[in-house]
Amino acid sequence: MNRRIDYGDQGSIFSDDDIFAPKKRFPLTIEKRKTPVLWQTLLLNLLAVVAAFCVGAVFLKLSGFSPLNVYLMMFDGAFGSSYAISETIVKAIPLMLCALGIAVAFRMNLWNIGAEGQLYMGGLAAGWVALSFTGLPMFVMIPAMMLAAFIGGAFWAMIAAVPRAYLGTNETIVTLMLNYIAIFFTDYLLHGAWRDPAAQNFPLSREFVPAAWLPVLPGGRVHMGLFIGIGVALVLYLVYKYGKWGYETAIIGESPEAARYAGIDVAKNIVLALAISGGIAGLAGMTELSGIIHRVQPNFSPGYGYTAIIIAWLAKLNPWATILVSILFGGLLVGGYSIQLAGLPGATAAMLQGTVLFFVLGFDILAGYRIVFRRVKKSGGDAQ
Amino acid sequence: MSQDPVIMLLSTAIIAGTPLLYAALGELLCERSGNLNLGVEGMMLIGAVGGFAVTAMTGNAWIGLLAAMLCGGVLALIHAFLTITLRASQVVSGLAMVLFGTGLSSYLGKPFIGFPSPATFAAIKLPLLGDIPYIGPIFFAHDMLVYISYFLTFIVWIYLYRTRFGLHLRAVGENPAAADAMGINVFLYRYVHVFLGGVLAGVGGAYLSLSYAPSWLENMTAGRGWIAVALVIFATWDPLRAMLGAYLFGALDVLGFRLQTFGITVSPFFLQMLPYIFTIVVLIIITYGAAKKFRGQPAALGVPYDREER
Repeated sequence: MNRRIDYGDQGSIFSDDDIFAPKKRFPLTIEKRKTPVLWQTLLLNLLAVVAAFCVGAVFLKLSGFSPLNVYLMMFDGAFGSSYAISETIVKAIPLMLCALGIAVAFRMNLWNIGAEGQLYMGGLAAGWVALSFTGLPMFVMIPAMMLAAFIGGAFWAMIAAVPRAYLGTNETIVTLMLNYIAIFFTDYLLHGAWRDPAAQNFPLSREFVPAAWLPVLPGGRVHMGLFIGIGVALVLYLVYKYGKWGYETAIIGESPEAARYAGIDVAKNIVLALAISGGIAGLAGMTELSGIIHRVQPNFSPGYGYTAIIIAWLAKLNPWATILVSILFGGLLVGGYSIQLAGLPGATAAMLQGTVLFFVLGFDILAGYRIVFRRVKKSGGDAQ
Repeated sequence: MSQDPVIMLLSTAIIAGTPLLYAALGELLCERSGNLNLGVEGMMLIGAVGGFAVTAMTGNAWIGLLAAMLCGGVLALIHAFLTITLRASQVVSGLAMVLFGTGLSSYLGKPFIGFPSPATFAAIKLPLLGDIPYIGPIFFAHDMLVYISYFLTFIVWIYLYRTRFGLHLRAVGENPAAADAMGINVFLYRYVHVFLGGVLAGVGGAYLSLSYAPSWLENMTAGRGWIAVALVIFATWDPLRAMLGAYLFGALDVLGFRLQTFGITVSPFFLQMLPYIFTIVVLIIITYGAAKKFRGQPAALGVPYDREER
């Protein structure tokens, strides 16, 4: 990058820095760091969460509440008793499944914002199995529901995946549009063909037969969905680390061109990644309907698919970190509900999670930089 | 006022399309500078809640509108800082904006749910133009914000294609390195136009809460911000086509209700899906028709400008 103006035997009067650099020369500048250091990343993430809660505190204060009070109540509601903890884990299950699914796509820089819709379609598919084949024994019913849910979610994702893979259509917008369509479709079914005649005009489906209920662990409402979640995390961890596909997706995520030269079929992998991403999110729908709600009802997801995006990002797409962060966000949700009962603003959780993402993003960038002390040069000299 | 169903359909289509138009014009300016701001949904919601809240507190809808513009603009500035100065991923920052805006607006709007707005933008029929048969009731019997949006579309067109600044803007979006070498301040242009994008998105949101509804509901934009982003692509980054597209989508929005007056009954849920289905279809058709490259897409869209890495 040699743009010195050559004035012949006068030597260079102007250097790059004098022309293009800002007028003031600070002795302290930031430079791009080659590779982010792990401890720095973790610390910055933690700081980001703290900063987010501080900003949240400001808003709470402005609304006339005592932030400390609110936060303590939230913590108590989320982790303060064994029942609270079990409720937190209950919420964490669909969150972790969605986040694990989303991470599969994000790894390849495929922005799957449609986890919410894929969750719904997976839930609907599982619900269809449960409502249509009521005579099945549990050890057939549950796997069948899981399979249906996976296929349902995968199919829904593929509506966005195929145009993305072969036409380059923006998958962010398409998956998001599909969210709304999925929710309306659910409403359509529940107000029509799936409505329980005994439900007195409420848009609810019939209750699932007991064989379709995911078994519950003693001491709360935590159901086997937890093991499904952990199982998926394990499978993904192994695939990422040791699987050929994990390696391929990493390359595609870094540079699609390099992948193409290596002979990797990028388009097929895009479809596969988004399909699997959607399938896992579909499983989240199934676990929620089968483990907790035991029927199909409108709006059975309070935005799990969206919260999961934040979780996936915060967990840096790592499966085990995802489980941990999901539990934390489950706590945030449960805590948020619990303070609502006390008359405090229910949308606090929503506000906090948005703020957390913000700060994590900002601090993430800082992790890519380091502070450099530079001596200020007086005359046009080499700054290299 | 004629009760002709066609006139009513077109007339309400314009009203429904106006928030989309504002948001799309803003996003268009933003993207023309090379910055993709997916956070339109969040900025619209913040604008909606901010506008409504300030209107409720001051009793004046215009002050509320100003507040909405400020709210949307501030949010956009944060996105600008993250993506232009810190060079973060524009997609992620935009997503964060949506989630942040959604959460924050839900929180701030809680006390205003179900609150009737004390001041709104009332429909004004323009004296001479409004009496033209057919055209009059369709175009000239709305509130001030609609009329301003007509004006704004043409202003943006003139700005883009007939002024020096517009030329520079387009240069920044196509080839920031060349623009920089010409002495154009790339960072300033991007900051300003990302900010404008937020301001206009805020107006779009405020239109929903102060005129269209008028009230505050959680997540009242219902994906309109995203539709606006798709709209910009559909309009191939041209303001006049954006206006056309906005009204087209607006028509789909109100089609459900209006179809009944034509004597057609379709499931209400399917009708609600229409704008979203249409957006998907439009996007697929556009990318199919444009082969590998988007026609008219600013070449440097989505890529942070880094002087060091030139």
